[in-house]
Amino acid sequence: MKFISEYRDGKQIREFSELIHKVSKKNICIMEVCGSHTMAIHRFGIKNLLPANIKLISGPGCPVCVTAIDYIDKAVAISKIQDTIITTFGDLIKVPGSYSSLEKEKARGSDIRMVYSILESLDIAKANPDKKIVFLAIGFETTTPATAAGILKAEELKLNNFLVLCSHKIMPPPMEAIIEEGIKVDGFLAPGHVSVISGIEMYRFISEKFHKGVVVAGFEPMDILQSVYMLVQQLENNTPKVEIQYSRVVKPEGNPKARLAVDTVFETTDANWRGLGIIPKSALKIKSAFAQFDAEKVFNIKIEELKGSKGCICGQVLKGLKPPSDCKLFGKVCTPENPTGACMVSSEGACNVFYRFGI
Amino acid sequence: MTNYKLKNTEYWAHKNYALKMESIITLNHGSGGRITHELISNLFLKYFSNEKLNNLTDSAVLETENCSLAFTTDSYVVDPIFFPGGNIGKLAVCGTVNDLAVSGAVPKYLSSSFIIEEGFSLDDLETIVKSMAEEASCAAVIIVTGDTKVVPRGKCDKIFINTSGIGFLKKEFEKIGNASNVKPGDKLIVNGTLGDHAIAILASRESLKFESKMESDCASLNHIIQKALAVCPEISFMRDATRGGLGTVASELASKIKLGIVLNESAIPVKESVQAVCEIFGFDPLFLANEGKVLLVVPAEKADLVLKTIQQDDLGKDAAIIGEVVSENSGKVVLKTISGGKRLIDMPAGEQLPRIC
Repeated sequence: MKFISEYRDGKQIREFSELIHKVSKKNICIMEVCGSHTMAIHRFGIKNLLPANIKLISGPGCPVCVTAIDYIDKAVAISKIQDTIITTFGDLIKVPGSYSSLEKEKARGSDIRMVYSILESLDIAKANPDKKIVFLAIGFETTTPATAAGILKAEELKLNNFLVLCSHKIMPPPMEAIIEEGIKVDGFLAPGHVSVISGIEMYRFISEKFHKGVVVAGFEPMDILQSVYMLVQQLENNTPKVEIQYSRVVKPEGNPKARLAVDTVFETTDANWRGLGIIPKSALKIKSAFAQFDAEKVFNIKIEELKGSKGCICGQVLKGLKPPSDCKLFGKVCTPENPTGACMVSSEGACNVFYRFGI
Repeated sequence: MTNYKLKNTEYWAHKNYALKMESIITLNHGSGGRITHELISNLFLKYFSNEKLNNLTDSAVLETENCSLAFTTDSYVVDPIFFPGGNIGKLAVCGTVNDLAVSGAVPKYLSSSFIIEEGFSLDDLETIVKSMAEEASCAAVIIVTGDTKVVPRGKCDKIFINTSGIGFLKKEFEKIGNASNVKPGDKLIVNGTLGDHAIAILASRESLKFESKMESDCASLNHIIQKALAVCPEISFMRDATRGGLGTVASELASKIKLGIVLNESAIPVKESVQAVCEIFGFDPLFLANEGKVLLVVPAEKADLVLKTIQQDDLGKDAAIIGEVVSENSGKVVLKTISGGKRLIDMPAGEQLPRIC
């Protein structure tokens, strides 16, 4: 199939793997930031194709995994308010909050609907004028423009029953936090689809200030191997820089039109990342000009501060400090059907991927 | 701007309520994955346990004086009830016929029970019943008993159908259902492309804004299976890869026979259009539902013969040998990926959820 089969060709993949074996001498640690990369690496068995001196570790790029537990608690609380409909992407449904999940509330009768796009939520709002529709907006730069477009569309349509519970996050701050914490990372596989929107300037500080390599990578096996090869070359030659491997969709300048929509609707704010704690200016909130669409402003919901599960090492997994298999709960107490931590829920969460694909 | 306020007291009342209601049925209990299996083992088998049921085969094998009977039942709640390639009625016949056929039996008699929502269109009901009759005729079974219930509007979603079936089973095929003759070296064959049914259903759901020409593979497999059995009575296992897909069937088989299974990703037939939808939505075709696909496990020396035989049938044109049973990795299914890597195939916890970025 065009754009798939040519990037999964076994022969070419083996050739690239041999090339990397030949060129790579140093012990290096590469972090894949994006959850889709974590999944692709395991799904295609990429680790088997790399020499032992290259270590791949997973980073904080699964939006479900880093969503703070009180966000789920808020969504659960809102789902119980009469005449509300929660619309959400499927991955969030099973994430455990501190005492319930959306899946359980759905089974108990809350109106919780899975959607593939915010535009579906707008349709639901139009069809149910006597109800409040609350869209759960999570994700990084990739999904933010769609939420911005949805809010702008709702304003244009004068919808007064459409709300957004926003937990959008931005990518560079946690990468910086991870480096500053002193975690050993020599290079990053930077998220391909985030970069389609944001462009690559936002990674510049990583190579210039911290001297780490950055390659914006695609998601097919050939993409990942080629990106690893590019990083290996940067690191072997001591020339860390920002490069694009995924050039068939990523332009250096990104998508300015999408960013304009985001800047119109959102402003940056500090945020609590599950496992990583508070990171300054790492998230987006809805500007006061659009407060009528902000579920946080319309519903006054207080959530008591709650601690995460005892024994769960999601935080260290998200920072790449430990593999999921080091967690005492992994595969025993914590499984995809009964997850303790968020990393076990999403199909892109490091623990879930390890559990399903690990040999 | 409307102002809703949820007071803390209300919130904590909810919290206490939630704690008391920890165990409830969610949609995942019906997904066919691990949670469904846990429900069956921990609840149904706890109370219904007997030597026939405990095998958990597609059909129960019941011995009579002269021959054995295969007996099975299934309920159909598909949404939407009409979809490209079939409807809930056709599915209700094929599904039960297939459960009998994969046990090695020749399907003979079906029952059909309808639970219909008040207000359902009589024309639609006739269309459904007519296609059931046509499919029964194709499969050479007859519908010999039935029941009809109508419930008030909103108490069921349009129409649910249950069918039970009886088939005749030759002594020599009795072990197919419980896989007790499967041995290392046996080859795995599938009769065609995976995931067609699931994608056809997805595409016909209104909320998904994509168009596809995919048709469900919904079909009765008893004739093609009989052809395979005729050339290879030594078939050691068969199962139709419905809910949960081929991946789930292979995992169940591996854990049942306590042997390993190796699948070759590059040999597994998947239509390009299905693969494309999978890429967009983040699905794995191995875990997508089929309604006209059977996994056959056959001795290595007969694998080519069985393959050639079923390829001559309309329902087997895209058949392929996709893997084999091995003695290592007991209880596990390993997929050799197209890129030359390896990964485990595990039973999915629940429904395949779409990825969000």
